[in-house]
Amino acid sequence: MATHTAPPSEAGVGTAGRLLLEDRIWLLRAMLLMRGIEERAMSLYRQGKVPGSFYDGYGQEAVSAGAAFAMAPEDRLCILHRDLAAHVIRGVSPERILAQYLGRAAGLTQGRDGNVHFGDRHLGCVGMVSMLPDMMLVATGMAMAFKLRGERRCALTWFGDGSTSRGDFHEAMNWAGVQKLPVVFVLENNQYAYSTPLDKQFAVDPIERAAAYGFVGVMVDGNDVEAMFDATRAARERALAGEGPTLIEAQTMRMHGHAAHDDMKYVPTEQVEQWRKRDPIERQEARLRSAGVDVDALRAAVHAEIDVATQDALASPMPDPSTVLDGVFCLGEAEALGDGQAPWSGFSAGRADS
Amino acid sequence: MPTMTYLQAISSALRDELRSDDRVLLMGEDIGVFGGAFKVTQGFIEEFGAVRVMDTPLAESAIIGTAVGAAVVGMRPVCEMQFSDFISCGFDQLVTVAGKMHYRQGLAVPITIRLPSGGGFSGGPFHSQNPEAWFMHSPGIKVLAPSTAHDAKGLLHAAIHDPNPVCFMEHKHLYRRIKGEVPDGVFETPMTARVARPGSDLVVIAYGAMLHVALEATDDLDGASVEVLDLRSLVPLDRAAILDSVARCSKVVIVDEANMTCAAGAQVAALIAEHGFEDLDGPVVRVATPDVPIPFSPPLEQAVLPSVERIREACRELLAY
Repeated sequence: MATHTAPPSEAGVGTAGRLLLEDRIWLLRAMLLMRGIEERAMSLYRQGKVPGSFYDGYGQEAVSAGAAFAMAPEDRLCILHRDLAAHVIRGVSPERILAQYLGRAAGLTQGRDGNVHFGDRHLGCVGMVSMLPDMMLVATGMAMAFKLRGERRCALTWFGDGSTSRGDFHEAMNWAGVQKLPVVFVLENNQYAYSTPLDKQFAVDPIERAAAYGFVGVMVDGNDVEAMFDATRAARERALAGEGPTLIEAQTMRMHGHAAHDDMKYVPTEQVEQWRKRDPIERQEARLRSAGVDVDALRAAVHAEIDVATQDALASPMPDPSTVLDGVFCLGEAEALGDGQAPWSGFSAGRADS
Repeated sequence: MPTMTYLQAISSALRDELRSDDRVLLMGEDIGVFGGAFKVTQGFIEEFGAVRVMDTPLAESAIIGTAVGAAVVGMRPVCEMQFSDFISCGFDQLVTVAGKMHYRQGLAVPITIRLPSGGGFSGGPFHSQNPEAWFMHSPGIKVLAPSTAHDAKGLLHAAIHDPNPVCFMEHKHLYRRIKGEVPDGVFETPMTARVARPGSDLVVIAYGAMLHVALEATDDLDGASVEVLDLRSLVPLDRAAILDSVARCSKVVIVDEANMTCAAGAQVAALIAEHGFEDLDGPVVRVATPDVPIPFSPPLEQAVLPSVERIREACRELLAY
């Protein structure tokens, strides 16, 4: 099976008209919310209000926004720590995200886990663990259940370049290939696993491995949100058509340190400057400006929303220590994941499978 | 009531679950066409098909990880580790992903992991272990260890019905050696301890294969009245039943087939030291496998596994205390 490379799309070329203007605005809004929430959280971290450490996805917003936007309500997602836009698209409010960072009772894990280790089960998402890429197997298992029940839906998960060195990457790719499962693997290649560059991580680009497992691998410009959407939409169609998994390698750059403490002195300045010119938000803004959209008004609305969310999150209570032992075991009935939001107009207009 | 071996009772539970619940799915290496390394699932693929009796790739992490994924979208996977020892390759998915999921996210993970455990027949270091304590130490995972055919079926039904990850320790040495009356159809054995034989001079606390060694060792012990308590469930651990036996007997011998340090019996001993001290009339005595890998050659293996003689000797010494 051939590995092929999709060219970066320009101003909607490549999406074949599947993205209406309202969709393209939605994509920008999701990326702006991600960046805005993370910048606010970083500032709260520096004020000592966010406990632990803080991880962000600055510069990688298109990877999660574009891919999540192609997912239907009944699809299921395992979201990585630099993919906040996926949570936003599925319907998690900025206030709950900020409360999560702040360790508040109103956060998605009610203070039981930190930063982006969350997923709203009511919105079809399973939160990640720190051992990467464990969630590749969970996504594969969800896809296995869909296939054996004959359901037309798929699972998607993100993971990083460092993850490709671990056994679970191989086990998931192999299993999904053997059983031809409706799963989309999004490899978020941000050039560094903590401080480790790609040339110390693998001898062959992981995209080449897709063919070895018997399915399609697609290289995408991960800083182009519409290209990410299109590649994921196509992968989802393949999954639903019974054609099995797809490995999407999104080429992007981690523009900040691994976490807030990391000054990333190990990254050459020129590399960062090169990638800064390819900022995914600026690119989408340029497209929308040329389409006549008032981008400044959108930015202002997003920032106002984050201001209110910040105030509400800061005013919300800390968890009650007397509840700390609760919930280790499920005492009632097991409840399966619920459906998420899926704002792409293609779903409501019935264009998703066209 | 039909008589079944321990192995037949496990098969019976799995068959009844597959018949009565569409959500139940068996996953494992060689469980389908071959019927499983121990033939627990022999004939299943013919009745239930290759989708629900799934021959998986040789990948324990993937078996457990994909089971977690299937469980959170509404399935009830039952995974077989071909030997309990191989759980080391799937440890992370069980302990990190499954065990902590509900606490972190309120998302239940109803999976059962069947773990054919234990030694006694020259399986060597990688086919003889009793890894239950690894999972007792990890929050969010239940650990069951039946010793009778009846409880093997009833506890397996309870495990599959439970909304949490459950490690089901089935002892290989009991598979064809132990028989008993087992009701037909679906029933649940409670996750509590059971008095296997009442007594008043001393209590031996054991589970799994060691329960039978303990019974044999104390069946006729110089006329002493020896109680034998079968733990059946290690998580949850039946604290009330343990302390009750201690209060009644005042002398305690705890038997583990697992390696001594931090074994299930160590937790039982700690529980008694902390909460049953006033009832004791002698030191808490432990009989367990020393902290060595399980050796292959029969005289070496027999030298480390707790035996009838070792238990008898420990009981005699304690009775004379």
